[in-house]
Amino acid sequence: MTGLPVSTYVLSTGLALILIGLWGLLMQKNIIRMIIGFSLVDTGIHMVMIAIGYVTGGTAPIIDSAVPIKDAATRVVDPVPSALVLTAIVIGLGVTAVMLSYAVNIYREKKSLSIDDCSESKW
Amino acid sequence: MPRSGREPVCASARRYARPQRRATVFDARTGNVNPMLKRLFIFFTLILVAAIFSDVALNYSEHTELSRLAQHYASKGPEELGAANLVTSVVVTYRGLDTLGEVTVLFISAAGVGLMLRRRKHPDTVVPARKPASELVETAARLLMPMVFVFGVYVFANGHLTPGGGFQGGAIIASGVLLLLLAMPQAQLSHRLIGFTESLSGFSYVVVGVLGIVLAGGFLDNRILPLGSFGSLFSAGAIPIIYVFVGLKVGSELSAVVDRFRSDESKPEL
Repeated sequence: MTGLPVSTYVLSTGLALILIGLWGLLMQKNIIRMIIGFSLVDTGIHMVMIAIGYVTGGTAPIIDSAVPIKDAATRVVDPVPSALVLTAIVIGLGVTAVMLSYAVNIYREKKSLSIDDCSESKW
Repeated sequence: MPRSGREPVCASARRYARPQRRATVFDARTGNVNPMLKRLFIFFTLILVAAIFSDVALNYSEHTELSRLAQHYASKGPEELGAANLVTSVVVTYRGLDTLGEVTVLFISAAGVGLMLRRRKHPDTVVPARKPASELVETAARLLMPMVFVFGVYVFANGHLTPGGGFQGGAIIASGVLLLLLAMPQAQLSHRLIGFTESLSGFSYVVVGVLGIVLAGGFLDNRILPLGSFGSLFSAGAIPIIYVFVGLKVGSELSAVVDRFRSDESKPEL
């Protein structure tokens, strides 16, 4: 083990995923690939949030025989970011589904998935 | 704008492929920015974002203790709400209104998908027969389907005790439906049943929330029922009930979304 705390790796991976996703969103012409880029940004943000909620040596915030109630405040990780990520995953899923159905409609209309063919909304 | 017949499929690809007579920064006629310049901009944007991110990552230090809010949730939560899973107590009760909003967003996105991928009835088009799945897939799906459903119900009914909850359980149920649709491509989901389950569970969720105002401390308060013995299935007041409704609602919504995407694929072009 190196000296770096474990959540640093999660944080860096999350930030790297956000960067890769942004690259995909900006560079790709194919709408499906752009949606994949969005999902990568989404996942990266979730990882960053989870990493920020980590407390050194903490365990899952569930009270049972391993974590008695009186120790709970000192032994568990922050439950709030976990709850927020739970919300964010569901919202991300909904947004992705709507984007994919837009992609289906664009393909139906233009017979192409290239963003360059959607020139009506270009200024 | 419908495409006219003589235009190539990808107009801009041809435009980019043509050797440039003059490297213009911005072509006013087509509205295109010079692609090299565009790439340069994107590159610098990413460099700047990466600089911010590296600053964040380098100056990050792991927390050694919980924030005061989280300390309150961890130390008082089990007594106040009786839920062993602290994440569930945050999701369903402390921030219950957020979860109601989340369920609403999911409902709206499912409705949006349904609207955009709606089937247009055309009398003279015939839906081509789908290739049936192999015997192995079908038999395995028949065997696994009940187990997947039971597991989904288990996950959302035990959301206050173990990792899991309404959203996860609902997603498991929807994955079971996806398995069914893969194994039996001709199967038709009953949209009446899905719609009924979804509206009933959404309505009941709000009713349980309003009961919280009447019988307990506020909207979505879980103490309308006795807290029960800590750590047992029937404990934590209304949390398991709310999670059952959330699970049913999410499961039916995601099944509807999956079904929409499937039906669209086999639909003939109009």
